[in-house]
Amino acid sequence: MTSVGLAASLPVVPFLAALAGLLLPLRARRLAAVLGVGATGIALLAAGWLAATLADPVESAVTVVEFGDVAVTAGVRVDQIAALVAVAVGVVACGVQLYSVSYLHDDERYVPYAAQVSLFTAAMLNVVVAGDLVQLLVGWEVMGICSYLLIGHDRRLPEAPGAAVKAFLVTRVGDVGFWLGVVVLGLAAGSFQFADVFAAVAGGDIGAATLTTAALLLLAGVAGKSAQFPLHTWLPDAMAGPTPISALIHAATMVAAGVYVVGRLFPVYAAAPVALAVLAVVAAVTMLLGGLAATAQDDIKRVLAWSTVSQIGYMAAALAVGSTVASTFHLLSHAAFKALLFLAAGAVIHAVGSNLMSLMGGVRVGTPVTFWSITIGLAALAGLPPFAGFWSKESVLGAAYEATVGHGAVAPWAAWLVLTSGLLTVLVTGWYATRLWLRTCFGQRRGDFVPHDPPSLMRWPLVVLAVPSALLGVSVVAVSAEWSEALPPFDPLLSLLVLALTALGAGGAWLAWRRDTAADPAVTLGPARTVFARAFYLDEVQDILVVRPAWALARVVRRVDERLVDGAVEGTGTGALGLGRLLTAAHRAGLPGYATAVLGGAVLIGVAAVLTEVLT
Amino acid sequence: MTWLLLATLVVPALGAAVVAALPGRLDQVGRILATVVAGLALLASLALYGRPVDPDASGIRPWAEYDVPWASGLDLSFHLGVDGISWPLVVLTTLLTLLCCGYTVWQGPAVTGGKNLLALLLVIEVGIVGVFAALDLVLFFVFFEVTLLPMYAVIAGWGGPDRRHAARKFVLYTLFGSVLLLVGVFTVVSAAGTADLVRLSAGGGEGITRGVQVAAFALLALAFAVKSPLWPLHTWLPDAHTEAPTVGSVILAGVLLKMGTYGLIRVAGVVPTGAQALAPVLGVLAVAAILVGSLVCLAQTELKRLIAYSSVGHMGFVLLGIATLTAAGFQAALIGNIAHGVITGLLFFLAGAIKDRAHTGDLTALGGLRETAPGLAGLLGFAAIASLGLPGLAGFWGEAFAVYAALQLGSLWTVLGVLGAVGGAFTAAYFLRLLRRVTHGPAVDTVAGVVPLRTGELVAWGPLAVLALALGLVPGLVLWLTSDPVEALIQVIS
Repeated sequence: MTSVGLAASLPVVPFLAALAGLLLPLRARRLAAVLGVGATGIALLAAGWLAATLADPVESAVTVVEFGDVAVTAGVRVDQIAALVAVAVGVVACGVQLYSVSYLHDDERYVPYAAQVSLFTAAMLNVVVAGDLVQLLVGWEVMGICSYLLIGHDRRLPEAPGAAVKAFLVTRVGDVGFWLGVVVLGLAAGSFQFADVFAAVAGGDIGAATLTTAALLLLAGVAGKSAQFPLHTWLPDAMAGPTPISALIHAATMVAAGVYVVGRLFPVYAAAPVALAVLAVVAAVTMLLGGLAATAQDDIKRVLAWSTVSQIGYMAAALAVGSTVASTFHLLSHAAFKALLFLAAGAVIHAVGSNLMSLMGGVRVGTPVTFWSITIGLAALAGLPPFAGFWSKESVLGAAYEATVGHGAVAPWAAWLVLTSGLLTVLVTGWYATRLWLRTCFGQRRGDFVPHDPPSLMRWPLVVLAVPSALLGVSVVAVSAEWSEALPPFDPLLSLLVLALTALGAGGAWLAWRRDTAADPAVTLGPARTVFARAFYLDEVQDILVVRPAWALARVVRRVDERLVDGAVEGTGTGALGLGRLLTAAHRAGLPGYATAVLGGAVLIGVAAVLTEVLT
Repeated sequence: MTWLLLATLVVPALGAAVVAALPGRLDQVGRILATVVAGLALLASLALYGRPVDPDASGIRPWAEYDVPWASGLDLSFHLGVDGISWPLVVLTTLLTLLCCGYTVWQGPAVTGGKNLLALLLVIEVGIVGVFAALDLVLFFVFFEVTLLPMYAVIAGWGGPDRRHAARKFVLYTLFGSVLLLVGVFTVVSAAGTADLVRLSAGGGEGITRGVQVAAFALLALAFAVKSPLWPLHTWLPDAHTEAPTVGSVILAGVLLKMGTYGLIRVAGVVPTGAQALAPVLGVLAVAAILVGSLVCLAQTELKRLIAYSSVGHMGFVLLGIATLTAAGFQAALIGNIAHGVITGLLFFLAGAIKDRAHTGDLTALGGLRETAPGLAGLLGFAAIASLGLPGLAGFWGEAFAVYAALQLGSLWTVLGVLGAVGGAFTAAYFLRLLRRVTHGPAVDTVAGVVPLRTGELVAWGPLAVLALALGLVPGLVLWLTSDPVEALIQVIS
């Protein structure tokens, strides 16, 4: 099979499975499971085959439709990075499908759920392989609606529908910008195809102002999808979705899509330094904000959610300092360890019956698979060598350090900002990762539960994901000459600094925990704890600045439309009726009245006749 | 081809007469007969598909034509024809009529006097198809008026509790538009010396002074704005929809409104100078419609009223596309027209079914539909998502490329395009609010024990759901047909 055919099958196969799955009756669980696991499995195989056989980038497209002078095309454009990201998507999606069969074994809406996961996968793979901005947008938004459907899946959670709506609307607000950015680029290049856009950028056919506008507008959409400040607020609430969905959204799809697309469109960003500087600021704020918010959450999934916000910040930071390779590296390693962490958290929640860490503790006893999964995942997250996160985070920070001298489109101050924030976040990450580890796995059991490993369908995805979480970094750095060349050179001093900061954070958390193993180490944060737990009150800010004014405006507009605009119409009606009644009343004068009127009229006519006679 | 063209009009006209003449006890027979007739009309309209006879002519190049003198003293002729612009709309009309007829057969005794309702729908079909096929301005006007009274009767006869008021408002308001249309038509005809649309649009306003063109376009645009409807001339629509029976709403939103936008596209080629002069006004009002429509929906509390207002917003996008007077804008408007007809048709079917089951359309009194009727809730979710313009479904192309066409023009239009895009985000907000109110959460009393999705309903609505997906994935189904005629039209306009 050709590379183009393989790449095209990536979104098509899961899409067809999703379509079929959505039409199945609710009782066809087994068939739905086969369709879901099968489709994502085939996509994974195709992606693996593609990654193994792809030598040079390939591209192919057919015209879908023309609007005036501009054509919308559908096709594929894949290089090695796209193929690897597709593999990551395939691994996580397939693992999530398998895991869900068991996790949702008593859920009667499993059938549409499995189809929606397939659709989600198809949409993400479409984003991965797309070579046309509009085609990309299709996958981009379908992912949004899938996240809406899946976050709102759980009927027992009263907050789920609201969280689902929030996830779609916040990203949709960003997508207004994204679409406008696509239009600006398409108008300037005369085409929506990446190749044409890049050629126009390289040829200097697009003015600097236009490029910057387009790049910034696209960033709005990226910030929404990738949960970057200030459009990050939907992601922690999205934890209302079933845990496998959290793994899917956080690891390989949705939030990864934003940074992936910036990397994909990097020639545009490289020519728009202002946009890169904005991205640097956004990334610096997001990394630290997410990390700090993660320190004080009690819900295990919310800790992981905020850590995703923070880690995606690292990927955005790598892009902001001009290293798409470091960004992709961190994307891949994060995909592995975050999927692992969520699925492991799902196993813990499954055993404990609650998301709250204050009800956990002592989970490590009798749960080797769960415990070691969490341990490996957290080690990778905190960036301990030799786990995957160490190498990828190292390369992000290394790229930032390299950029501090100022090269390419990156301003030195932006690189310094990113580096400082990144290092501080390393410390914070060490702290909250250790807190999570100790609060769940160690100490006394605080809830009424018996720790146990999950059934095998849930266990195997953990084992499979633990391998890349542990080894991806080493294998990339040691095995692939191509990658290690493209990555920033390994800097021992920087590594030592990073390790020292991690140790400081982890040690701090450990010391706080040791004083009282039943208490939350977060109490040592003092008054800052509430601020962090509420994530700097940004939800409230968003509510005051956007949500309430929009509601108030809607109510005012409705009233004006009903009272004023429609009032005028109804007024015309009642006015005409009133006038009619008035005239009717005037005609209802009775016989004497009529006689008087006739007489008066006759006199008038007579007078008029006499007058005309006299005057002429 | 000619006989097919005539068949699309004559078959439903005769069918309506026969169905109406049947005695009342043969009600169900009449309904079935009407459905058969509507099916024949659909087949005839589908078979009309073809290629232009003279591909190089500018202006309108019909695939099939029928032209006989009617009142030769007035230079008036019975001139019909379809081209790539009108054919999709003709098919949409015959399809929706068939689905409405089939649905009414399935509804059985739940609707009283169903055969008379269907006879009226067939008459409306004749009028709407006639409007789309008329190649003579006066004939266009005549067909435009044919739809008016049957629709009045549908609302007044089979509507909700406040039907009389709504029907009266509908008929008086649109009659007001018709007067303007009549004056506009004769302004054009007297200035150009012909009513023939092919000749008029081939000339591109030649021989008509700028002043007359502006006046004529203003009159015609006002008339079409009432029909489309364009803010602030839209207030007949929510009342009419809220009170109209389900099939009435489907036809009204699905195709009746399209007569306005279709007419606008046609007359833009007849008086292009006038269109260019007034395009910015049209654009501003279209964007106002998008924003007002979506904001009102956000604060709306009645199901059918919400969907009615959403039509104001969606038709705003179509009108924005037309107002740009560019090829991209016209293409966007034409796919937007069809997409809105398909999706809103589906939404009104669903809203009607939900109101029939729950006996209320109050959003605060509904909830948890997915617990008791998952199929119905799923289909409502699909329709709402299609309507909010999700890429990959039919609604996306028209709205996204109306914005594109506006941005293409720059200056004032950039602002309009950006505001339109913001309106798109509001659209998402109100549809998700609708779904949250109706389908999510625990099942409330009103939806407890409701009948789940029935096979008959699925048969009637399925084609629309399939079309919403198919047009989303392959917008070329419509746009390959329209691109040539649109290019020809744009040549005339610019």
